[in-house]
Amino acid sequence: MSALNPDYLFVFILAAFVGFQLIKKVSPLLHSPLMSLTNAIAAVVIVGAITITGEEGATPLAKTLGFIAVFCATVNLVSGFMITDRMLKMFKPRGK
Amino acid sequence: MHAFVPFAAIVSSSLFILALMWMSHPSTARRGVRAGEIGMLVAIVGALVSHEVVDYNLIIIAMIAGAAAGIPMALLMPMTAIPQRTAISHAFGALAVGLIGAAEYYKHAHAEYAGSFVLWALMFEMALGFLTCTASVIAFAKLQELMGSRPVSFPGQRIVNGAVALGAVVIAIMLALDPTQTWLFPAFVALALLFGILLVIPIGGADMPTVIALLNSYAGLAASAMGFALGNKLLIVAGALDGASGFILAVIMCRAMNRSFANVMFGGFGKVVAGAAGGKDDRVVRSASAEEAAMQLENSSSVVIIPGYGMAVAQAQHKVSELYQALTKKGVDVKFAIHPVAGRMPGHMNVLLAEANVPYEQLVELDDINPELPQADVALIIGANDTINPSARDDPQSAIAGMPIIEADRAKSVFVIKRSMNAGFAGIDNPIYYNSNTQMLFGDAKDMVGSIAKELAGGGSGLH
Repeated sequence: MSALNPDYLFVFILAAFVGFQLIKKVSPLLHSPLMSLTNAIAAVVIVGAITITGEEGATPLAKTLGFIAVFCATVNLVSGFMITDRMLKMFKPRGK
Repeated sequence: MHAFVPFAAIVSSSLFILALMWMSHPSTARRGVRAGEIGMLVAIVGALVSHEVVDYNLIIIAMIAGAAAGIPMALLMPMTAIPQRTAISHAFGALAVGLIGAAEYYKHAHAEYAGSFVLWALMFEMALGFLTCTASVIAFAKLQELMGSRPVSFPGQRIVNGAVALGAVVIAIMLALDPTQTWLFPAFVALALLFGILLVIPIGGADMPTVIALLNSYAGLAASAMGFALGNKLLIVAGALDGASGFILAVIMCRAMNRSFANVMFGGFGKVVAGAAGGKDDRVVRSASAEEAAMQLENSSSVVIIPGYGMAVAQAQHKVSELYQALTKKGVDVKFAIHPVAGRMPGHMNVLLAEANVPYEQLVELDDINPELPQADVALIIGANDTINPSARDDPQSAIAGMPIIEADRAKSVFVIKRSMNAGFAGIDNPIYYNSNTQMLFGDAKDMVGSIAKELAGGGSGLH
């Protein structure tokens, strides 16, 4: 893989467009939970960290870096989803 | 089982997109969180069962430790700490991205990869990851008040920043062209980390909403770049969604201050301007008591409450909610006017008021509330300053000229709860305090709102 695979660029552009369209529709009421939700979603980098830590022939350095990365990503995804939900639970309509 | 792996990525990408779609409204937003959680679970299972992974011990330990740290953090953290927690979570995410990049770099530190796309993508990803990490730590320190929220500047700052950035870029290029020079790698990481610090220290507390949004975007873009380097489409999609979200929020924040990105990042806004506070002596300020305010609020038919960062600092949101309940019970129509940059992160005021049980229908955006303000009997300003400063609208010479404001001064009468007559964050004089329809309620926001609410609950007689 010595050159850019155009497929990836294609996926990126489409995802960015979808992202722009969806985020524009998010109510400003929910901008704080939106930020913590997207932060939790970005913790999907954990899949890269899992591979680095557990793959065959991983060096001790790679394992150490991967271990810290799995830890950081797990903190983010666990607390990110939970805090987002905690915040959203508080948004109540009138009469509740 | 391995046939499941490529489909896992498609399923979780779709669920992430649905998660954002459902965030559009409070009534569906929690469903969005569920979708995100399931998407994440599918992604993790997909990674764990992929044939590349042979050793699970470290992964399991790291995940248990991460959950052990993350769960208490999520359960115990007070809502007032949301901006800090968001900043530090960007640091964690970016650090993970940077470290994965570093491990990948060492894997590719062979002559055969010289100049390959993977290395370019990794260098970009790490630069973004490491700078976002330290920048977020500084943002966290400012929000947590571990360091002053005023901008830090020193002579030759731009030259130093430029030199550090240039140094990092040059080393990144050298490493991409010749990855075997591993001795250069720590210097690259150090410069990227240093640049992150330099980037945020000159930015003041009131600009944090923009900075946090921008760092959110960087963290997403770094994740996307990692997807390019690893050939992982799920990372590309998730990173692009996060990047788009942070970017849009940052644009909204900038627009709400009528400033450009460049101005926020390099403007040093909020510096104490020497001598700018003089010459206010001849103007008259009227002050009022909690009783007087309560009486007037009670006799109004519509009240608009305008909260700002001061409400968050004083933790006054529960008292504000009591006031809202008391007035509503007396048949007064109460709305809250929320400026996009009120507080320290996008949506900060909404979260605090929702926590205090104010129904979300009462939280009204800037553009929707301004046409209503001339009909409002009372505008009650709680800890907001620059976002209601009429000189942004009236004085083209003002430092905040052109910034969209909540036009509180158009209400029939205005109450301002404020500790003292000190200028606000931007250090700009606010003429609203001297208007003939304005009365100042001097004191701590929590105590003052509490006493007004008590007066109202006591029947408004002022005697108890």
